[in-house]
Amino acid sequence: MVKVIICVIAYLVLAPFVGGILAGLDRKISARMQGRVGPPILQPFYDVLKLTEKENITVNRVQDFYVMCFFIFVLVTGGLFFAGENLLLVMFTLTLASVFLIIAAFSSNSPYSEVGAERELLQMLAYEPMVLITCVGFYMFTGSFQVGQIMLSTQMPLPYLIGLFIGFVFILTIKFRKSPFDLSMSHHAHQELVAGLKTEFSGKTLALVEAAHWYENVFLLGMVFLFFVNGQWWGYVIGAVVCLGTYFLEILIDNSFARMKWQVAINSAWIVALVLGTVNLFMLLFI
Amino acid sequence: MSYITKSPWVIHYDGSSCNGCDIEVLACLMPMYDVERFGVINTGNPKHADVFLVTGSINEQNKNVVKQIYEQMPEPKVVVAIGICACNGGIFKECYNILGGVDTVIPVDAYVPGCAARPEAIIDAVVAGLGILEQKRAAMLEAPKAAPAVEEPAAEEAEEAEEAAAEAEEAPVEEAAEEAAEEGKEEA
Ligand code: SF4
Repeated sequence: MVKVIICVIAYLVLAPFVGGILAGLDRKISARMQGRVGPPILQPFYDVLKLTEKENITVNRVQDFYVMCFFIFVLVTGGLFFAGENLLLVMFTLTLASVFLIIAAFSSNSPYSEVGAERELLQMLAYEPMVLITCVGFYMFTGSFQVGQIMLSTQMPLPYLIGLFIGFVFILTIKFRKSPFDLSMSHHAHQELVAGLKTEFSGKTLALVEAAHWYENVFLLGMVFLFFVNGQWWGYVIGAVVCLGTYFLEILIDNSFARMKWQVAINSAWIVALVLGTVNLFMLLFI
Repeated sequence: MSYITKSPWVIHYDGSSCNGCDIEVLACLMPMYDVERFGVINTGNPKHADVFLVTGSINEQNKNVVKQIYEQMPEPKVVVAIGICACNGGIFKECYNILGGVDTVIPVDAYVPGCAARPEAIIDAVVAGLGILEQKRAAMLEAPKAAPAVEEPAAEEAEEAEEAAAEAEEAPVEEAAEEAAEEGKEEA
């Protein structure tokens, strides 16, 4: 019990720092890939702290409430995950959090954020099947949906869940809002939807959205880590290295692709889920 | 120190510019000058922006647009007029539909003369704008503390301070820009 509390508190306290530094590395590496010097690593922290200093302009009162709900439920998602709770519950909480963000965007009645919200719904449609199949894969491999139980597994899940791993990394591009699939909003400037989903958020509200993304990213990397636990220290080391490698891969993909249409996002994500996901599940059945 | 000077997000609006100054503004974001080193991001969204870069003069068609973008930006914010067109109308000044520089519709904090303004001068102006941004931020923090009766004078004072600062900051930028322009002529 004490261990669980420590894990959750460590997540709540450390995740923004880890997430922020990852975001800073992202911008720095992206800049280097484009032949620029790039901002300091701590730039995302400066950005968020600056946003908290700005005047508060909100289109309506409910918007702030929904964004707050989004933030809280992202924290709950990560908290449940690091507390070793049920993987399905964790994923459904994350979906709920995303729904709050979408409602917040819809509530502003701005055409840009509405289109952004619609695209975000399409993105959810694209990645949800793969996320659920991943959870089922973990269940079939370890016999439990509890993250705590999966962590106790003495065999590394990766060789058995390799298809699911590739599929999950594929949809991470959508979840991290990286380039071929950054339909609803992009971390980079100027796009046809102004800032998409977050067009109408400003000041502290936008700061909350950014901070929530840091929490979310750390949680998602935690999911990647879960593929490598085998109860031994070297499993943890490999997991951590692969997490960083995955993040780097996403940055590389981000910088080498132009944005694609939403049809491509849905089709490719579903094909990946169908082929890699279900084939892997059937393989698990017969092993 | 406030963080506002560490992450100035800009929005760029093209009034009736000939596109010369726009290209120079975008040049600042390119690898050659890479202003993202200082945390500058081109947002394209007034609600996220701190610095409003205007190129080109104001005409009957765009005056409401400029006003609206300015009003949508959350405080503290600064406006930088880039190019002689944005300063006072420039070569389009006499045209039938031109009202003049950006300061005919919104208060401007820094002017960058030059045709086209040099990227160095634009960066100088944004840096000068950051000083004003910092002052505005301080004024914003002071404002709610003052009692309602003295609020107005306080605000005026702040404005005066801003103006004074703007004037003080303008001079070096102008000089730099003029020097740059002269250099340009020599090169030509
Ligand atoms: S100042 Fe010169 S370069 Fe700039 S918009 Fe005006 S005419 Fe074009």
